Amino acid sequence: MMLLILLGVSLISAIILAFVGDKKYAAEINILGSTITFLAGLGLAIQVYAQGPIITGGKFFFVDAFNVYLTVLTSFVSMTTAVFSRGYMRREMEHGRIGHKRMRFYHAMFQLFIFAMLLALLTNNVGVLWIAMELATLSTVLLVSLYRTPTAIEAAWKYFILCGVGISQALFGTVLLYFAAEKVLGEGGEALLWTNLSQVSDKLEPTVLSLAFVFLMVGYGTKVGLVPLHNWLPDAHSEGPTPISAVLSGLLLNIALYALVRCKVLVDGATGTHRAGYIMMGFGLLSILVASFSLLRQKDIKRMFAYSSIEHMGIATFAFGLGGPIATFGALLHMLVHSLTKSAIFFTVGHASQMHGTQEMSRIRGLIKGNPLVGWGLMLGVMAIVGMPPFGVFTSEFLILTATIKDAPLLTPFFLIGLAVAFAALFRRVQPMVSGSVPVNQQAMKAAHLPVILHMLLVLILGIYMPDFLSKWFHAAVELLK
Amino acid sequence: MNFAAQINSILAALILLTAFGLLVQRRIHGLLHLFAWQGVFLSISTAVVGYTAGAHHLYISSVLTLALKVILLPYILYVLIHRLQIHKDVETMLNVPTTMLIGIALVIFSYHLTSPIRELSTLVTRSTLAVALSTVMLGLLMMITRRNAVTQIIGFLAMENGLFFAATSATYGMPLVVELGVALDILIAAFIFGIFFFHIRTTFDSLDVEQMAKLKEED
Repeated sequence: MMLLILLGVSLISAIILAFVGDKKYAAEINILGSTITFLAGLGLAIQVYAQGPIITGGKFFFVDAFNVYLTVLTSFVSMTTAVFSRGYMRREMEHGRIGHKRMRFYHAMFQLFIFAMLLALLTNNVGVLWIAMELATLSTVLLVSLYRTPTAIEAAWKYFILCGVGISQALFGTVLLYFAAEKVLGEGGEALLWTNLSQVSDKLEPTVLSLAFVFLMVGYGTKVGLVPLHNWLPDAHSEGPTPISAVLSGLLLNIALYALVRCKVLVDGATGTHRAGYIMMGFGLLSILVASFSLLRQKDIKRMFAYSSIEHMGIATFAFGLGGPIATFGALLHMLVHSLTKSAIFFTVGHASQMHGTQEMSRIRGLIKGNPLVGWGLMLGVMAIVGMPPFGVFTSEFLILTATIKDAPLLTPFFLIGLAVAFAALFRRVQPMVSGSVPVNQQAMKAAHLPVILHMLLVLILGIYMPDFLSKWFHAAVELLK
Repeated sequence: MNFAAQINSILAALILLTAFGLLVQRRIHGLLHLFAWQGVFLSISTAVVGYTAGAHHLYISSVLTLALKVILLPYILYVLIHRLQIHKDVETMLNVPTTMLIGIALVIFSYHLTSPIRELSTLVTRSTLAVALSTVMLGLLMMITRRNAVTQIIGFLAMENGLFFAATSATYGMPLVVELGVALDILIAAFIFGIFFFHIRTTFDSLDVEQMAKLKEED
């Protein structure tokens, strides 16, 4: 029931908004829809907490410890983003960057995007998982090009083509997976259900599955933004509207990684080796290093944080690849705290660039004096994202580092170099932006307080104290992904 | 090798042939025709597999392919290129022989990659999995070597054809819900690239994607 509300509300909101989207209260409908979705997500979480994993809808939906926290996270961040987007997009309209028609389109697609992500999380069918991932891409392509500037269209085209090609590889991997599965489970829809597959994963043909994993890795890896498949990501993040950057970075990358990890479990079960893990570690480590050094060269503020997202996705992928209870626990936590922190950063970045009318970092100055919330929000957000205590990212990175030292000591220096360079690069850029006096090109504006404060508070709490239900889920998920 | 398997091999060969044709065809109309023919072969091959294997849901897939990839998508593209007035354009292309050679190398690579799977498979269609992967690879190559936005999209759709062929040749088609979902996604994608062509055209005055090279890392 909760599940139906969860998926239904976002789909219905998308349809309603497609009709009323240019009216005055469209943003409020958007917030309302997202809030109901969030409440349904919470309801579902309570149900799962009380009863354990749920399989429902003719085995079509499956909720366990691994996807339930991501569901709550997704619906939560989309709710806060909807709140943020209300003021932000109104200002964009006042400045004449987009018209009424595109506002309607924006709102409808925002809800459709949330629907696609939730479907990807909740479905039990590996094929439908692919379809939902593709739908999530398609619904955001035209949002990236919303401003219709030459660079925005270029970014959206790149996003469309690269992710389209990438995700086709994942479909080929899924076909191969089905090929192996139907030998064991027989033909028909049952053979693609994850719950069935995971039970018989040791009987699946290992050669087929290792080949399938290569395709799945390239396919979903493109969407996670792993180096060297990351080219679309900085462009799409920097050219699209900021609320979209926030959800792309905070949510979509997580979902793609979720899809990859789900497939990895099956491959590990079939091959009985750690090969899939090694591939993920390689991609992850390369992403950490390349992204952190790229951070040094950025001039555009959203582009810089896009690279930071690549780095953090690299960390999570590396940790999942490393395996073992501590690293997996760290990776799960890292997905959570990175998502919360990064979307909070994008909220403040959106305000900062609106105040200055530019995304160029050299022209953004004096944020703390100009608007304390934006300034401190950005400062604290960056402190959190580089992994300073007492924020949650510190905890997750520390866990992953501990596991690395134990299981793969030779890789520790590379991991640490990546973290250190990212630390230095981000601080060097953010320090001058938040401090100093207010420049002449800065305009005062009302910032959306609630989303930023809420996110940062949660990240802080997660750094100090791990709630019982969360650690229970994480332990269950660790058991599952072993 | 029985009769149906032979027909299927011929169809697989024809699909591969059209994939090579797409790779080097310079006229946009020619591309559309080739793409539609590829769809026809795909549709027939799906029906043949469905008949020999007694998998009746493949008939639905076959009709779906016919409707979507032979009629609807080529029609949408046809209307688009006439509206954009690029139907007479001839694309300049670099080095056809080299492209062909790379294509052949990709086919050999695909055969090599799928060889362990072919030995496992007991289906009548097993030799076609390599062709399917080759079609995907050739579509990918087409997207890399060509510069026109419409051509890139046709390459993308040809890749999708290869994937569909893989699904019918390696297995007897994916479950129906998955196939319908994939078809829906392709349809949405078709609308999106339709809108895109107009955006690119109005913003850049042509559909040459080479012009879109502003977003680069600055030093």
